Amino acid sequence: MNVVEMADNPGKTGAAAASRISWSALRKFALSTIGYPAVGISILLAVWWLGGWVIENDEDISSFAGFAPQPTFLALMNMAASGGLWDMIGPSLYRIGMGLLWAIVAGVPIGVAIGLNASMREISHVPFQFLRMISPLAWMPVAVLAFATWDAAIVFLIAIAAVWPVMFSTAQGVRRIDPLWFKVARNLGADGLQMLRRIIMPAIGQDIFAGIRLAVGVAWIVLVPAEYLGVTSGLGYAINDARDTLEYDTLGAIVVIIGIIGFILDGVCVSLIKRFSWHQQG
Amino acid sequence: MSAGINIDYISHTFKGQAEPTLKDIDLTIKPAERVALIGRSGCGKSTLLHMLAGLMLPSEGCVRIHGHTLTRPSAKYNMMFQKPSLYPWMTVRQNAELGLLFAGKKDPDKVDRLLAMVGLSDKADVSVQSLSGGQQQRVALARSLATSPEVLLLDEPFSALDAFTRSDLQDEVSRIVGSEDLTMVIVTHDIEEAVAMADRVLIMDANPGRLIGELTINLPFPRNRGAREFSDKRTELMNKFEKLVGDDASPESSGQIDDSAASFAAA
Ligand SMILES: Nc1ncnc2c1ncn2[C@@H]1O[C@H](COP(=O)(O)OP(=O)(O)O)[C@@H](O)[C@H]1O
Ligand SMILES: [Mg+2]
Repeated sequence: MNVVEMADNPGKTGAAAASRISWSALRKFALSTIGYPAVGISILLAVWWLGGWVIENDEDISSFAGFAPQPTFLALMNMAASGGLWDMIGPSLYRIGMGLLWAIVAGVPIGVAIGLNASMREISHVPFQFLRMISPLAWMPVAVLAFATWDAAIVFLIAIAAVWPVMFSTAQGVRRIDPLWFKVARNLGADGLQMLRRIIMPAIGQDIFAGIRLAVGVAWIVLVPAEYLGVTSGLGYAINDARDTLEYDTLGAIVVIIGIIGFILDGVCVSLIKRFSWHQQG
Repeated sequence: MSAGINIDYISHTFKGQAEPTLKDIDLTIKPAERVALIGRSGCGKSTLLHMLAGLMLPSEGCVRIHGHTLTRPSAKYNMMFQKPSLYPWMTVRQNAELGLLFAGKKDPDKVDRLLAMVGLSDKADVSVQSLSGGQQQRVALARSLATSPEVLLLDEPFSALDAFTRSDLQDEVSRIVGSEDLTMVIVTHDIEEAVAMADRVLIMDANPGRLIGELTINLPFPRNRGAREFSDKRTELMNKFEKLVGDDASPESSGQIDDSAASFAAA
């Protein structure tokens, strides 16, 4: 609506348009924040329930019926009530946190360096692509030999899985920086450190966090098998333990917990990417 | 304080190229003089301007400012580009005061004054991404002026703007260059822009890039584009360019996208 129309017909048209707009916006908002996720969750639960029902009604495998939604949620309640939940989650989060920290400490500076310097990029290309293709779990024997504690070995496995996405995303972000931004900053008197702090880091903030988001995904996947190693705490250990003691409802509950925490971690990353993005939201 | 520039037989050959891009450019620019550099696209205008900013070093010869040979960039010789190249994660004010920040200085009053000078006082704290092209180029101008440069180097700074914004900004920059007593070199392929802004227009030819002629424009500022003397000068420059550079009447290359065709129609 243009200004002239508004002036000719004050109030009515404006108010009508405003309410129309807000209703459709509200509907869209409700759908995307509540409606669609609710449908998605319902489908997931339905499939799960169906699976549980099939298992329960098949004599050969009915001893696994603990996996069905109802026993699983009961076990989840019990675990939450008994207060043992944090003892299981805490060590896992610590290992993930340390692994990611090391991945960032190594990945961001190396990523910036290979993003800025073409010869370093060329030299490192083959070794990095080679190392990247080695499954983190293949490092397990090496990690066990190299580190004194199981904890350190697990952190190493997570770090080596998480470092690549951080490094490559950082490097790609640096390469996408407008060369004029460097030129202008140099002209305005920036030294190397100021260039890094004021231009490069803000320019690639979102790329770093996009890399971290991928890294979190990989790390969270590597965590569980890594915790099958010697340790006696954490989600991976708990899964193994539940399997050995045939507590399938507990096992199901742990799987749910792993999914929920992974979902939350990813959400945190997404909001960090948004926070450090300077692209104007359209 | 403004600075004179001595360009001492500059030649430049880019790495891996057989032919020089610039050849034997020798020129003295007086303090507070306003020089326009015109020539076909690709003749080496930007390369020469980078050397005046210390952003590039010539393979032969040197540039001297205040008698000192330039070896690296300095906020004293500020270059503006066709793209405003503002930092999108900063506000208007943060962009404008970046040079001061790099120098470890703080001068909010000065930044306020500069933003007022370019007509953006009310936009100081908004994101630069919400500005129009002309407003963005004004922020870039304020940013250039914040470090009190002696020399302002402009590389086709208005060619991405619409005709009205462009002539507004030409007049605005002319006014500021006068009031701040700056030495100015502007690269353009717009004859009208050269006549509107310069005391002296240098004509450059390509392969290798060299200066082949000049025209003095001794009209007072602010310049009146509608005046008889203005259009006389424009015609004179156009004819001179044609005679020196070749048949093609305009200093643009045929491949160059440019919306300033109107500037040539009058000639
Ligand atoms: N970094 C560079 N490396 C190699 N050649 C370059 C480089 N920069 C510019 N040139 C070449 O030098 C010539 C002059 O370029 P430039 O100074 O940008 O011309 P103008 O600004 O007059 O259009 C062009 O032929 C261009 O291809
Ligand atoms: Mg150019």
